[in-house]
Amino acid sequence: MNEVQQVTKDEPRPSEQPALLPRVDVSEDASGITLLADLPGVPKDKLELKVEGDMLQIEGEIAPETPENLEAMYAEVQVSRYRRAFTLSPELDTSRIDAQLRDGVLTLRIPKHEHAQPKRIEVKVG
Amino acid sequence: MFESLLTTPGSLFAEFDRLQREMQQAFGLSGRPGSIRAVASGAFPAINIGSTPAAVEIYAFAPGIDPSKLDVQVDRGVLTITGERVRSNGEGNENVSVYARERFNGRFKRTVSLSDDVDPDKVSARYRDGVLRITVGRREATQPKRITIQ
Repeated sequence: MNEVQQVTKDEPRPSEQPALLPRVDVSEDASGITLLADLPGVPKDKLELKVEGDMLQIEGEIAPETPENLEAMYAEVQVSRYRRAFTLSPELDTSRIDAQLRDGVLTLRIPKHEHAQPKRIEVKVG
Repeated sequence: MFESLLTTPGSLFAEFDRLQREMQQAFGLSGRPGSIRAVASGAFPAINIGSTPAAVEIYAFAPGIDPSKLDVQVDRGVLTITGERVRSNGEGNENVSVYARERFNGRFKRTVSLSDDVDPDKVSARYRDGVLRITVGRREATQPKRITIQ
């Protein structure tokens, strides 16, 4: 019984494969959060963005064009996958995340819910 | 019984193996001899080099750069990649608070020494998905040739 389970475990699931941590810039303004992530070598169709509950996960596979008979001589990038996860806070509206991938840089814009955006409270003189 | 202990993904050994791999990744301790021009890991852009019978392929992982700001030169067997990456996230605005600033910014320069058999006149470079791929062809004379028997 136990052995059968182990056989299925041998093939690592994508989330268990070794991955590089992409470098990011995160900033916030009044209407939301902007995240920039360096994902060089990841084409659009190999990028996966997932929101599960309050967790945002970015995962991408490096797919460079390689000629035939290419033999590695030297490698600083030794893993062909990027992965990084962030926890989001409740005032962020995960249903309206805007994502753009250009020249290997992912730009994510996570807006705040309307009701969470700052309001100026007028002080009345009574 | 002990075998099963060794192969369970969550076992202590698997965990140790993972840790070791991460250390190697972080410090570049892959056991292979390094180039004299190698720099500490984390340099921008990261470079991978591959070889085919016809050419040397250099991949520079340089995302978010205007290709016109990239300069590639070959001089006396040394290939130099220079360029600049400009910050672009609206910083400086006083209403913006910054939480993470890990991405590289500014000017960069990386050099790669090429083997003797390459032809500096046969260099081509393309930029796609944030990766600069430079192909340096080898000299005709050094490429493998099939000899016909008469």
